[in-house]
Amino acid sequence: MANRKTVDARGSFCPGPLMELIAAMKMVEVGDEIEVLSSDKGSASEIPQWLSKAKHEHLGTEEKSGVWHVLARRTH
Amino acid sequence: MRILIVGGGMGGTILANNLARRLTAELRSGKVRLTMLSASERHMYQPGLLYLAIGRMTPDELYRDQASLLEPGIDFHVDPAEEFRLDKNQVKAKSGKVYDYDVLAIATGARPTPEEIPGLAENSEQFYTEETAIKMFRRLREFQGGKVVVAMGVPHKCPMAPLEIIFMMHDYFKDRGILDKVKLHYTYPIGRVHTLENVAKWAAPEMDRLGISYETMFNLKEVDGAKKIVKSEEGSETDYDLLISIPAHRGMEVIEKNGLGQRGWIPTHRHKLNMEGRENVFVLGDTTNLPISKAGSTAHFEAEVIGENIAALVKLGAPVREYDGKVFCFIEAGKDRATYAMFDYQNPPQPRAPTRAVHWFKVAYNRLYWASARGLL
Repeated sequence: MANRKTVDARGSFCPGPLMELIAAMKMVEVGDEIEVLSSDKGSASEIPQWLSKAKHEHLGTEEKSGVWHVLARRTH
Repeated sequence: MRILIVGGGMGGTILANNLARRLTAELRSGKVRLTMLSASERHMYQPGLLYLAIGRMTPDELYRDQASLLEPGIDFHVDPAEEFRLDKNQVKAKSGKVYDYDVLAIATGARPTPEEIPGLAENSEQFYTEETAIKMFRRLREFQGGKVVVAMGVPHKCPMAPLEIIFMMHDYFKDRGILDKVKLHYTYPIGRVHTLENVAKWAAPEMDRLGISYETMFNLKEVDGAKKIVKSEEGSETDYDLLISIPAHRGMEVIEKNGLGQRGWIPTHRHKLNMEGRENVFVLGDTTNLPISKAGSTAHFEAEVIGENIAALVKLGAPVREYDGKVFCFIEAGKDRATYAMFDYQNPPQPRAPTRAVHWFKVAYNRLYWASARGLL
């Protein structure tokens, strides 16, 4: 079963949620999931865009009380 | 109370001096003992490496003796930590000596790891150590023209450095009169030229104006030194004549070996700044896993909060402040103009147009830093 790592990037302007995700990709194995928590609604679009370009999997995005939960899977 | 600080960089030094001033009477009476362990007898002003690489500072200007920066009352040892025995409130150092503590602060910093990207260390110039910054300076000085590419790994220390080096190189080559023979190309890991949106909104038109090309969503994957090509995780590649890299960083090896945090980043409470699950262990500077800039100002502001809280623990029995994520970064926009970004967990930065005044303030800060480390600024 895949492991899931949570990256709490709420309030992160620099390096920001997407940079935190890119860094976290090095900490998980292929097949593992990463859930990014972001208080920036821009993450809902920019994270999936990068996942698509880098050929990782976007498993979904959900907004809960002003926090965007973006779920990704490392594929390579 | 025995307070032990591990790490003699910016964060550890500011914290030690902050505590020594707040607890002067307690240190004199013996109620408090304040000990610092460092891996070096010298203290480096790390932001100066950027200027060293471009020939605007010299190596001797980057260093002071660590002992000369410390307040009286601080028991300083050049004796790097090797074992963190957190369950016993002990740290064993390289000398074999075991240091007991009641409160521990870890500020061991971060290290560049170019070796993680195939071909990067041997085919690029970098400025994150004295040795590589001098080598880069010599290479820039000998460079007669061609395509200069800036590429980086994530995470990296000093998030403004990529922008600063591209703008400073622009002015460097312009001053040498060879700008027309140089093509500057900037790459960046996410979908704009800087992670701070407002900084990117300023920097992208500035690059357009200066004729600097850029490619976004470019994460270093490998460098083919024979063909002089750098490839990205996203599947693109670009050729180069001179590759300037900002390598990804990891926390220090001792943190990883002791199992304190993956890739050397210690899980840290974003407001209390204590290690998760350890009330008497504080973490500051690059060593934390917090989603904020790995920058000197971060370490500085964190050190002030931790200093106030440890002193309050001694005097009141409880901490009094929380860290709000404050960061302040200068941004050099060339050889004689600069701006800055100030932000925290709640408020994004609103950078203004670069000015000569901010640049000269930064140049002055390069000298004033030693007062800052002493806790005077």
